[in-house]
Amino acid sequence: MECQECHERPATLHFTQVINGEKTEVYVCEVCAKEKGYMNYPEEGYSLQHLLSGLLNSTFESPKSTTGQQTKELKCPKCEMTLSKFKRLGKFGCPDCYETFADSLDPIFRRVHSGNTKHYGKIPARIGGDMRLKKQVDVYKEELQRLIKNEAFEEAATVRDKIKELEEQTRGDDS
Amino acid sequence: MTLQHFMNEAISPWMREEGPDSDIVLSSRIRLARNFAQYAFPILANEEDLKYINEFIHQEYESQSFQDYRDFAFVPIKDLTPVERRVLVEKHLISPHLAERNHASAVLISKNEQVSIMVNEEDHLRIQLYYPGFQLNKALQKVFELDDWLEEKIDYAFDEERGYLTGCPTNVGTGMRASVMMHLPALSWTQQINRMIPAINQLGLVVRGIYGEGSQATGNIFQISNQITLGKSEEDIVEDLQSVVRELIEHERSARNQIMDQSPVRLEDRIYRSYGVLTCSRIIESKETAKCLSDVRFGIDSGIIENVSRNILNELMVLTQPGFLQQYAKKTLTPNERDVLRASLIRERMQLEN
Repeated sequence: MECQECHERPATLHFTQVINGEKTEVYVCEVCAKEKGYMNYPEEGYSLQHLLSGLLNSTFESPKSTTGQQTKELKCPKCEMTLSKFKRLGKFGCPDCYETFADSLDPIFRRVHSGNTKHYGKIPARIGGDMRLKKQVDVYKEELQRLIKNEAFEEAATVRDKIKELEEQTRGDDS
Repeated sequence: MTLQHFMNEAISPWMREEGPDSDIVLSSRIRLARNFAQYAFPILANEEDLKYINEFIHQEYESQSFQDYRDFAFVPIKDLTPVERRVLVEKHLISPHLAERNHASAVLISKNEQVSIMVNEEDHLRIQLYYPGFQLNKALQKVFELDDWLEEKIDYAFDEERGYLTGCPTNVGTGMRASVMMHLPALSWTQQINRMIPAINQLGLVVRGIYGEGSQATGNIFQISNQITLGKSEEDIVEDLQSVVRELIEHERSARNQIMDQSPVRLEDRIYRSYGVLTCSRIIESKETAKCLSDVRFGIDSGIIENVSRNILNELMVLTQPGFLQQYAKKTLTPNERDVLRASLIRERMQLEN
């Protein structure tokens, strides 16, 4: 069936309109449905953008009202992203923005990432060499605590030696 | 290698291999978002910086190989016609967002099309790796190796506390989106999938249509991916996704068996009707195509239709998309002309099988 409006494209949508109790059936294509107002599309459809900037706005509102002072707006020194622009776009301008807006980020991340604010995954191999070691030390330290609690002192001693070794390694890299 | 190579074949070389559980899981993908530490993200970067990054990737990685991913081709987006861009989107080699960019953006594609690295999309780099079937762990391991190889020459934007820094707060941390493409005809017919989606969402996973964000699930193909990127390791995220996928595979298999047991004739009728439409129709829209292809693929998987290769679903789903049809016709087509060409292409392809 062809579209009743343009008579060019195939009708892909079917509407039943009831105006003053009178029922009419309309068969149109998507383009005409949009143009003739059979369907109300939001401007750009659903986007994560809108959802996110909504989140950001509600997150930032409270501190403003409590201080009551007119503070100079936070602006990233590197890319000149401002706090209000960040709120509007829902995007960072550059890696430095994470530092600039650091104080405001935890609540946002918590909302977007189910309560999480800290990274627990991969660390870059080259630039993160030291971080990788430090992370391993943290893992061992937790294990050490657990072992001591369980009075497994022999294993604890081995883990303690491993920690020592790793810590010496990181110190060695610094010099 | 020329661009033509990517344009002519509907099905990527890696898709020809059959992976585990490939009766239900069509493909597994891992995508990593990475950025250069010293430059503004693409939305704010000036043209000069974008050009620098584009050129850096061009110089360093064009024609290079890493393991099985050989002879990277560097394709600048602005050199492509709208139809060519559309074809790359339909093959999932670039995102719709990248296709619209007219700045210094590009894509680096390995010869077997398993790896595509988008340059200056929302992030400086979007590294994608595909595997056939259900192979998320394998894909994760390989994408990590690829990531380390790239990092040898690139200073990534990384923060000890926040992880990999990305343009959008929804990607920060691991920068990873793991996803699988699943064909779930039985769960769709029995409408069980609609009840399952809210539960899947509660686990921090997202269910979408075949072309990602905002797209519809045509042809009973669903994309399932992680939403959260911060606070969990990549391995844990993949494990969570895997367990849900395993669950879905189970349910789909038992729903298929149930349909086959309870209404075998009805099933056969539906499958053969769709088979008839595909082999005989002279005009066919993409939505009907997707539905019929899904039916026929189910027919192949359940042994009702023999002598037709399984890959036909993956292949015809891409081949019958508007971009591909126009690439094939070498001109722009009206929707009506497309429907006619689509029908004739499908008939030809189906005849090849017999």
